[in-house]
Amino acid sequence: MISKLIEYLSYPFVRYAVIVGILIALCSSLLGVTLVLKRFSFIGDGLSHVAFGAIAVASVLKISNQMLLVLPVTIICAILLLRTGQNTKIKGDAAVAMVSVGAMAFGYLLMNVFSTSSNLSGDVCSTLFGSTSIITLSKDDVWLCLVLSVAVIIVFVLFYNKIFAVSFDENFARSAGTNAGIYNLLIAVVIAVIIVLAMNLVGSLLISALVIFPALSAMRLFGSFKKVTVFSAILSVTCAFLGIMVSILAATPVGSTIVVADILAFAICCLTAKVRRTS
Amino acid sequence: MSMISADRLSVGYDGIPVEKDLSFSINRGDYLCIVGENGSGKTTLMKTLLGLIPPVSGRVVFEAEGPGNKGIGYLPQQTIVQRDFPASVTEIVLSGCQGKSGLRPFYNKEEKALARANMEKMGILQLKDRSYRELSGGQQQRVLLARALCATKNLLLLDEPVSGLDPKVTMEMYDLIRKLNDEGITIIMITHDIQVATMYASHILHLGAKQFFGTTDEYLSSKAGKFFMLRQKGGVMI
Ligand SMILES: Nc1ncnc2c1ncn2[C@@H]1O[C@H](COP(=O)(O)OP(=O)(O)O)[C@@H](O)[C@H]1O
Ligand SMILES: [Mg+2]
Repeated sequence: MISKLIEYLSYPFVRYAVIVGILIALCSSLLGVTLVLKRFSFIGDGLSHVAFGAIAVASVLKISNQMLLVLPVTIICAILLLRTGQNTKIKGDAAVAMVSVGAMAFGYLLMNVFSTSSNLSGDVCSTLFGSTSIITLSKDDVWLCLVLSVAVIIVFVLFYNKIFAVSFDENFARSAGTNAGIYNLLIAVVIAVIIVLAMNLVGSLLISALVIFPALSAMRLFGSFKKVTVFSAILSVTCAFLGIMVSILAATPVGSTIVVADILAFAICCLTAKVRRTS
Repeated sequence: MSMISADRLSVGYDGIPVEKDLSFSINRGDYLCIVGENGSGKTTLMKTLLGLIPPVSGRVVFEAEGPGNKGIGYLPQQTIVQRDFPASVTEIVLSGCQGKSGLRPFYNKEEKALARANMEKMGILQLKDRSYRELSGGQQQRVLLARALCATKNLLLLDEPVSGLDPKVTMEMYDLIRKLNDEGITIIMITHDIQVATMYASHILHLGAKQFFGTTDEYLSSKAGKFFMLRQKGGVMI
């Protein structure tokens, strides 16, 4: 088994997949707490559907580097959705539902009507579940993923204290002179980038799991923002690594294997918390 | 000139007023209690003073700082989000320094020292590494008060700081707030306990059908004051 792993890892594209997968897993865990506690969990879901729609458009238009279309579209939608979440007549969750279902339907329709591919349902399935895309990333994609992940991590570290202040108590932060609007915008943009990145790893339907499970697991065990953030990052990276390895060895789909690993980790964390409380 | 004054101020949401035509002024060192029935617009007024929502009409004038409202300490009514937010006491108190730190990404020595001093003042230094969500209601309020003190040296706005606390902890909280006022910090506090308001405050602002603003003595001898004191003594909480 080990020798089989080593053999696989000698292929550069497998190594790329592992590196990219780990970086994406790290990024996607960072904003988990903020998303869960600001009741934004659903935004990740909505945005991934938007990204699906954008990919459909990109493939119909035969744009060679799809990310160039998908990224800006998703960022714009993230900004709009966070806006409506705050103070308009349409409630946040309803707006997200409308946009995401709309984008999904539109995307599938486009793919169906205009697609020249002989394996349409296969294409759709891999966009939704990310089945093999991580292995088939081109070198450009790998570079883009690397740059974006590193950018997300740097932004998160630099604005860590601001993100904490705005997520814990937005009204207080604003009253104390913090420009909460800007930081909400920043959070929205970072979420959008993470979603687009994570689509490569797990596909659009499973992104929420990647973003939310590590944070929920860490929140079971730790009581400070720093510890929760660090632990969920470690957990997410570990699960992604194990998931990728298992998927190579057992020939299972990468995305769902990683998510199953995240769910198992969550169950273990829940149990640990329970044991600790009763003892 | 007064520290804060409101001139024919109407507060509300989306241009629809909840409470109209408020005029009052607060001087440095005053202790103002805002009283009134539930839904009379107390929280809405406080948010307007803080600049969180725009006035429907009229205006709020600050003595020194502009509408950016730098240097106000605010203790909001607790939100559901905070109940299960994983954050340590130190992290929360430090976040009170956030407004002043501008774009600097990390807290500096002075800010950490300030946070520590305020935790000590509020008697929560021994809790500094504990998780906020595991603390009692009274301890949580002290944490939020310490955070507010990190944001201000001269003005505290408190929105029902004792709601949900038991009588003993409530009295401790009120004593703490009075001590801060004695040190020269101006206090604006929302409460619906009129007894307490008349006991501690130097001025009272009563919202609702019988609007009133004046000193506590004036309030006690006014019609509105007498009426509401009586109603609350009779056991009917409003
Ligand atoms: N975000 C909001 N949008 C619209 N109306 C609101 C909002 N928040 C509160 N209100 C309404 O404003 C009125 C005053 O509320 P509030 O200021 O919270 O009262 P109080 O703090 O005195 O109990 C209530 O009738 C309430 O329903
Ligand atoms: Mg209120």
